[in-house]
Amino acid sequence: MSDNGKLRTPLKTVRGLGSARGGTHHFTVQRITAVALVPLSFWFVWLALSLIHLDYAGARALVAHPCHAVLMVAFVVSVFWHAQLGLQVVIEDYVHTPGLEIASQLAVKFLCVLGALACVLAVVRIALGS
Amino acid sequence: MPQAARPKSPHLQIYRWQIQMVSSILHRAAGIALAAGTVLLVCLLAALAAGPEAYANVQSCCASVFGQLLLLGWTWSLAYHLLNGLRHLLEDTGAGFEIKTFVMTGWVAVAGSFVLTALVWACVLLQRGGA
Repeated sequence: MSDNGKLRTPLKTVRGLGSARGGTHHFTVQRITAVALVPLSFWFVWLALSLIHLDYAGARALVAHPCHAVLMVAFVVSVFWHAQLGLQVVIEDYVHTPGLEIASQLAVKFLCVLGALACVLAVVRIALGS
Repeated sequence: MPQAARPKSPHLQIYRWQIQMVSSILHRAAGIALAAGTVLLVCLLAALAAGPEAYANVQSCCASVFGQLLLLGWTWSLAYHLLNGLRHLLEDTGAGFEIKTFVMTGWVAVAGSFVLTALVWACVLLQRGGA
C-alpha cells in the first residue's frame, strides 16, 4: 500500500532499472575472466616470444597445434570479455552525456565481440589449414 | 550532464601523489592500453591465417622502431595489470587492507612490473642475438 493517498505503489519508480539479483554479475565475471587470464597471459607471452625466431610456416604450425589453438581461443575470449567489462566501467565513470554514453558503450561491446569473432575465425583457419 | 553549480570534489592536482592512488590510476591506464593492444592481436592472428605476405607485413610493423616502442609499452602494461590484478584478487578476499600492507603491495606491483618487463625483453634480445 502506498501512503500518498493514491492507488499507485512506489514499485513503478524502480521497474525497468534491472533486477537486484544481477547486481554482482559484472563483478563476478570480471574476476572469473581475470583469474583465467593469469595463466593464459603467461602462456601468451611465452608464445609471443617463441614466434620471434620462427618463420611463417613455423609460427603457423605452432598456433595450429591443438593445445595452443584451444588456449589461444580461451585467451582471446577472456581478453575481449575482460576488456569490455573494464572499458564499460571507465565509460560509466567518465562519460555522462546521455547519447554519447550509450553510443560508446554499444561501440565497445560491438568492437569487442567483432575482435573476438575475428580472432576465433583466424585461429580456426590456422588450425584447420584453410 | 549533471546540473550546473553543484559543488565538485577536488581533482587530481589537489592531492599529494601517493602509491595508493598511483597504483589505481596506472591499473586503469594499463587496462585501456591493453584493450587498444587487442588490435595487434587481431592483426597478428588474421595475418597468420591469411598467408606469408600478410604475416611479413605484421612482422615488419612490429620490428619498426615505433612498433618496438609500442610492444615495450604493452609488455609493461600487461606486467603491471597482471601483478596489480593479482593484488586486487588478494584484496577481494579481504586481505591486504592494512595501510602498511596496502602500500607495500602497491610498490611490489610497480617494481615487479619493471622486473617482469626486463625479463621478457631480455628473452627478446637473447633470441634476437641467437638468431
